[in-house]
Amino acid sequence: MTDVRDVIIIGSGPAGLTAAIYTARANLAPLVIEGEPSSTSDQPGGQLMLTTDVENYPGFPDGIMGPELMQNFRSQAARFGAEFLTAKVTKVDFSARPFGMWVGDEEYRSNTVIISTGAQSLMLGLPNEERLIGHGVSTCATCDGFFFREQEIAVIGGGDSAIEEATFLTRFASKVIIIHRRDELRASKIMQDRAFANDTIEFMWNSQVTAMNGETKLESITVQDTETGEERDVPLSGLFIAIGHRPNTDLFAGHLELKDNGYLVTEPDSSRTAIDGVFACGDVQDDYYRQAITAAGSGCMAAIDAERWLEETGH
Amino acid sequence: MAAGITNLNDSTFDETIGSSSEPVLVDFWAEWCGPCKMIAPILEEIAGEQDGLQIAKVNVDDSPDIARRFEVMSIPTLIVFQDGEPAKRLVGAKPKGALLEEIGEFL
Repeated sequence: MTDVRDVIIIGSGPAGLTAAIYTARANLAPLVIEGEPSSTSDQPGGQLMLTTDVENYPGFPDGIMGPELMQNFRSQAARFGAEFLTAKVTKVDFSARPFGMWVGDEEYRSNTVIISTGAQSLMLGLPNEERLIGHGVSTCATCDGFFFREQEIAVIGGGDSAIEEATFLTRFASKVIIIHRRDELRASKIMQDRAFANDTIEFMWNSQVTAMNGETKLESITVQDTETGEERDVPLSGLFIAIGHRPNTDLFAGHLELKDNGYLVTEPDSSRTAIDGVFACGDVQDDYYRQAITAAGSGCMAAIDAERWLEETGH
Repeated sequence: MAAGITNLNDSTFDETIGSSSEPVLVDFWAEWCGPCKMIAPILEEIAGEQDGLQIAKVNVDDSPDIARRFEVMSIPTLIVFQDGEPAKRLVGAKPKGALLEEIGEFL
């Protein structure tokens, strides 16, 4: 067991790292338990580690690469004294203060906790899906798009992520089919316009994927028309899943209040949870805005909430 | 003896893999791949720590033919070559502990 810290931050996307910058500058010596390397958007740096150009984060008129932006966040936090542990929290105990967090058998204790564990890509949950990940099925266009040069591939989804992935993939693929279960996209207008203007992109509306087929790699998908119920097979070598995210809150079930959709509950206009001294920020508690800049903003709020709470409780 | 990490390309790949008496872990990566960058420092550490294993990198932009030959469809992909043949394949970024466990038989 280690000494009791003032602040431990779980998660290291824009929310967690902004909280780290602010709490470090407040001389609270935060420890960021940043997660473990992975290819699924549940890793140090968060979801932006799997994107290329980030064009809508303010301050970058020419855009900036996702991993570069997150490296900047991290370096800034480190500069002011934030410490990092490249590991994943496996268990928490918020029943008494100081709060306990475990990485395997190693326990860490803190007077405040800032939860910023974010969200990860939703999967379809179809048979074969897990087996075919990395063998034609992917949730990371930047990791895998390269390998589909001159091939016909598809992206499932209708939001900004799906359109961004599809547009990126047109650099490689001969055809990118966007498969969406409704007849209109929910992506931002500018993204929609770009997609409609791109000759390499085709749309399959009112469609959902009901099966992924292939032995050692993806060979085709089965698509069902949501209006008629008709099914047909579409030969494809690549399928990118971009249907949304689920919050990383499994760790907190039974400890903190979760909404029906799994998101953490915080007080309105605050990062405070129902437990005094436990704060939450970023996508883990935001099912509405879910932008890097809103996550960063909420990370700052969590840091200020934590700092003031520590003062008020005489720490 | 593993010291640093070698970069391999179309002209050096077969020679290096074929002539190595030790297992060679080949990291298929690219500049624009976030998870590839994540595991790069981990591989540097392992290269420094493990004597009986060589680590090499293949940039898929520079050497697409090698990537295609070994059916690399997703990066990062790590392939351990033993006696010139692929012996184990790992797809996706992983933490150091998990990586060492997976390649344990080759250390």
